[in-house]
Amino acid sequence: MFSRSAILDQIRRQLGRGPLTPEAVAALEARRPAHTRIAVGDELVERFIARFENRSGSVARVATRGQVPEAVAAYQARLGLPARAAVARPLAGLAWPAGFSHHPGPAGQSEILSVTTCLAGIAEVGSVVLPSGPDSPTSLNFVPDHHLVVLHCSQILRHFEDVWPLVRALPGGMPRTVNIVAGPSRTGDVELTLQLGAHGPRSVHVILVDAPM
Amino acid sequence: MKVSSPQFKAKVVTALADPHLRDALGQSRKGFVNGRGALVAGLPEFEQLRDQARDVKNHVLAHLDYYLERFEAQVTAAGGQVHWAADAEDARQIILGICQRVGARTITKGKSMVSEEVGLNEALEAEGYQVIETDLGEYIIQLADEPPSHIIAPAIHKTRAQVAELFEAAHGGPRKTTVGELVTEARLVLRDKYFKADVGITGGNYLVAETGSSVIVTNEGNGDLTQTLARVHVVTSGIERIVPSLEDVSLFQRLLARSGTGQETETYTTFSTGPRRPGDPDGPDEYHVVLVDNGRSKMLGGKFQDMLRCIRCGACMNHCPVYGAVGGHAYGWVYPGPMGSVLTPLFVGLDSTYDLPNACTLNGRCQTVCPVRIPLPELLRELRHRQSQAGLRPRAETRALQAWRFVAERPRLYRAANRLAARALKAAGGSQGRLARLPFGEAWSGLRDLPAPEGQTFIEMWHAQKRR
Repeated sequence: MFSRSAILDQIRRQLGRGPLTPEAVAALEARRPAHTRIAVGDELVERFIARFENRSGSVARVATRGQVPEAVAAYQARLGLPARAAVARPLAGLAWPAGFSHHPGPAGQSEILSVTTCLAGIAEVGSVVLPSGPDSPTSLNFVPDHHLVVLHCSQILRHFEDVWPLVRALPGGMPRTVNIVAGPSRTGDVELTLQLGAHGPRSVHVILVDAPM
Repeated sequence: MKVSSPQFKAKVVTALADPHLRDALGQSRKGFVNGRGALVAGLPEFEQLRDQARDVKNHVLAHLDYYLERFEAQVTAAGGQVHWAADAEDARQIILGICQRVGARTITKGKSMVSEEVGLNEALEAEGYQVIETDLGEYIIQLADEPPSHIIAPAIHKTRAQVAELFEAAHGGPRKTTVGELVTEARLVLRDKYFKADVGITGGNYLVAETGSSVIVTNEGNGDLTQTLARVHVVTSGIERIVPSLEDVSLFQRLLARSGTGQETETYTTFSTGPRRPGDPDGPDEYHVVLVDNGRSKMLGGKFQDMLRCIRCGACMNHCPVYGAVGGHAYGWVYPGPMGSVLTPLFVGLDSTYDLPNACTLNGRCQTVCPVRIPLPELLRELRHRQSQAGLRPRAETRALQAWRFVAERPRLYRAANRLAARALKAAGGSQGRLARLPFGEAWSGLRDLPAPEGQTFIEMWHAQKRR
């Protein structure tokens, strides 16, 4: 507590003023930044896919949400993965194939694959936005080797800033965690050689649904 | 952390003779510098973004007290706790106190330069805690018991073979040969630690006053596993890392990765706000933010305030010809390169860091690439000035400058002296027109010849030109 006032006093002393006046505080509270947003174009879905794949993510396109289980099964079959996964609760009600076992998380140490929803996609750099909550444990985004994200085309936004109104409108406001994820985990820490799957998922696969949510 | 900046010159000699280091630095220069160059060339808005980022930082610094209090109030409202650390000792005690109270044994750490700055690992280890760095580069240098040599690529000076040797010694054999095998081995070893950890410590790239969030930006995901799986999440961050709102983070996100690693974005940008909420299936039970001053507030309102805009991207060192030749360890403390040559003297004192501001050629490349437009060369020049005021500079240099000043203030004498020198040096250059030895400049002329002047001064030539 002593340090708190020492630091704040020192700051004000160095700035050559006392605490701010109520008018100055009101002006700060009214500040609404409008920074330059970079040109992104109008083909948001195409840009998202190109950017996401360029960062070693992969994308599979399906027509409806009902086809998500098929896409998951195809992914697992292609890589020879067992038919089990951590599946976020909002997706549990889909028609999963017989013999596919799933649980809502959190992810355990031996988790191989997770399937989650997301709040939005961002076309600017090709990333998905994953808020934590009762239906979306953060461990699903980082622990499994394979992370499959269900994203609807209608959820793809233009710029980073476009996502903040959605986050502020979440029940309970800002969640404990918001992850903005642009592809699989990577490192360049050994001889600056790019290597995927440093600590987080080795592969992030977006299942892009054409039908609106 | 110990300061070994007084050994700068000796370390430079060793570094220059190390072929591995030269290769590593050459590689990184190519990757980072070319990556940034290509991205910036393709982004017409880039210069405008730099102006805006500079302005946001200046705005925050001018109202730092307000934004810190706002941040604290929001963290508290989200169920977290803010701690204020006036200096390094304060920061260590606060974090030791948290670890003790929660009965911690294993502590995982994401990358945090502030934790290096306050010597956190040593303090925790001295109290018997097991501390594991989880960023791959930091993990490597922790095994090697070395400080980082770059703020975003801490093990940049290590070759694959050296890493393989360290891993074999720490994890047992057989020795791995490819980068892929090494990364997988670290992944498996560290997996265990994330799940066992009691306390997870991360840095904070940004602290958002609006929401009370701390933000980390990483490529590996280690910081996320650290802070999600531990029971307690502790953030260490400098007081200057505040930004007003979420929209301001988005502005900086357009600059950080492009400037530093030459990527359009880093893989993970993560916002953490308080501990896990009721109903959350995972996340930490406690959330603490340690706001570290440690000399920062003293930089406000003076010539060095601009340095507080730094977002720790690494662009200045990536583009610095001196860093590119000697690497990060020569600088002798936590922060290397141009930003380190400014911060180290300010944080640890002018006398033990004498060589750092002088190891700059004032070529200005750092300032050209700094995303928040810090006038680094000017600040380095100002530090030289302070060295002079503090009587730290060699007496011969001071005398020489006084002599120069005496002459320079007398135009006739100055011109006469110039004429004399130009003629004498031409004569000394002989028929080759080269000077093999320079008086007072043997260190320079020991390796190369200086082309001799042509016998006329600039002013003489100017007048001759005008007459023609």
